[in-house]
Amino acid sequence: MAGDTELVGDVDVLDHAPPVPPGRVGQRIGPWRAAGWYLLLSFLSLLVLAPIYFLFVRAISDPSKAFTSSVLTPQGVRWDGFSQAWERGNLGGALVRSTVVTVLITGLQVTTSVLAAYAFAFLRFPLKRLVFAVFMATLLLPLEVTLLPNLQTMRDLGWFDSYQGLVVPFAAAAFGTFLIRQGFLGIPEEIRDATRLEGWSHLQFLVRFAVPLTRPVIASFTVISFIGAFNQYLWPRAVITDTQSWGTIQIALRGLTSRIEQSNVPVAGAVIAAVPIVIVLVLFQRHIVRGLTAGAVKG
Amino acid sequence: MSSLGERLGGGREARVTDTGRLREGLIAVAFLAPSLVIFVAFFFYPFQQLVLRGLYRNNASGTNLRYVGWEQYSDVLTGPEFRDGLWHSVQYVIFTVPLGLLFGTLLAVAANRRLRGVKVFQAIFSSTIATSAAVASVVFLVLINQQIGVYQGGVPGFGDQAILENPRTALFGVSLSSIWQNLGLSFVIVLAGLQAIPAEVEEAATLDGYGPVRRFFRITLPMISPVLMFLVVVLVIFALQAFAPIEFLTNGGPARSTETLVYKIFERQAPNKMGEGAVLSVGLFGVTFIVTLAQFLLLERRVHYGR
Repeated sequence: MAGDTELVGDVDVLDHAPPVPPGRVGQRIGPWRAAGWYLLLSFLSLLVLAPIYFLFVRAISDPSKAFTSSVLTPQGVRWDGFSQAWERGNLGGALVRSTVVTVLITGLQVTTSVLAAYAFAFLRFPLKRLVFAVFMATLLLPLEVTLLPNLQTMRDLGWFDSYQGLVVPFAAAAFGTFLIRQGFLGIPEEIRDATRLEGWSHLQFLVRFAVPLTRPVIASFTVISFIGAFNQYLWPRAVITDTQSWGTIQIALRGLTSRIEQSNVPVAGAVIAAVPIVIVLVLFQRHIVRGLTAGAVKG
Repeated sequence: MSSLGERLGGGREARVTDTGRLREGLIAVAFLAPSLVIFVAFFFYPFQQLVLRGLYRNNASGTNLRYVGWEQYSDVLTGPEFRDGLWHSVQYVIFTVPLGLLFGTLLAVAANRRLRGVKVFQAIFSSTIATSAAVASVVFLVLINQQIGVYQGGVPGFGDQAILENPRTALFGVSLSSIWQNLGLSFVIVLAGLQAIPAEVEEAATLDGYGPVRRFFRITLPMISPVLMFLVVVLVIFALQAFAPIEFLTNGGPARSTETLVYKIFERQAPNKMGEGAVLSVGLFGVTFIVTLAQFLLLERRVHYGR
């Protein structure tokens, strides 16, 4: 699903040029004003990207020479920060664990959300509104609030330093249920009725019609869920006690910053930690944008 | 598909029988159960545990629990720990939300043009979506840490101490990393709002002789106000939940000046601090609840706008 970028009926905010009303030429921007806008946009880009530039500079600067002259350019260029970070932080293992945890969380969230969304959109059952309210009420109970008793649960189950402990509490998502239910409700009722008369079961309809027809929505939620899981910090920080053999990439990064005087190492580690999500962002930008703005703008 | 349509008109009746109803209900249970199990086990049950735990005081070693009713709640919620934690969290909101709103709108308005190559700028502006809180924190270690920072001075007017070493400026320094990390999200949300404005509206305003400034304040801003409200709520909740930047940049210091509510809760995992931690958590829930409730009310109002 996530590897599929060719989606039918895909609306993309960033690709979406403002519509030109027929019979009237849209506002034209003259060359001088255009130059002014480019200047402003370039300046703003510089502001947004400057922190990343300094990150790269420090990642390849020799820590002992970093302040001898200019902070704007790398001093005493050396690239071993990356290899040192990789070894000292055990980043290879951390990346594997982060990927496993992220894929499991995303897969489970999408599955449970699709199933629940289907029940809310297409099935009749008693107390439906109440059950839906119960789902939405979980949005009021963020992990930050329930952290301490959830850790007690982990202690009781013996789930510290385990994949279960990192994954299972995130196996369901009210946001995903809500989003996908909205998508399902957009499917014309005639289609459901017609397949029902054909004798299709709910499971058949779900797999062969409902999911394919709402692929853009599901894809958006998949990517958002993926990024959220990969970038998680508080929960893994609390549930992982053995950071060397169980640390996710974000937690491994925390370990690297303990020796901050060797600045090129943790900073290079941060560059490595950012790479996977940058790749996801480049590949799936429009899904991300649609998912993030789903709550903000209707339609 | 057309054959299905023909059959639909073929005079067959959909019969709703009791057994059909029952089967549908059972399928619903099966589909809802996975989510419900998770929600009960990791959302509602722990919340109940939290509220109950607040009713019990523990002894100094945490081995013994004594029921004290709401006494511990009133003690902690009126005590210095909750007050300081809440104040630091509120300050974090004050630092991050207005600036996030301002920069997000500025970037979106600037990049919402018909210019060749504007998509490159849009991609740059949304790029910080990719950064995790941990990565953004390292970025700001590089920028303002007293040992390795590009800038190692203080905030002008607040003394010579480095930003993160001065109790009066440290929280602001930490919040900078959240502001930067949230730029991409803010930009994307405001841009979506701007692009939802029909071109006719802005053109009509132009034909009526509205200049760009008046057009922005009289037309654009009111039309994206629901989106800005949404962004405010998102940013407030993010600010209340911030944790990684504090741990990376200051560890709660100096002089505990960056210990937010979440940070204080995290520090109370030991059995002998759980009672206090539970009450602080319920306090954080109260704050989150108020903000989320405000969101629902605002969204409700938005529906009445007819959007």
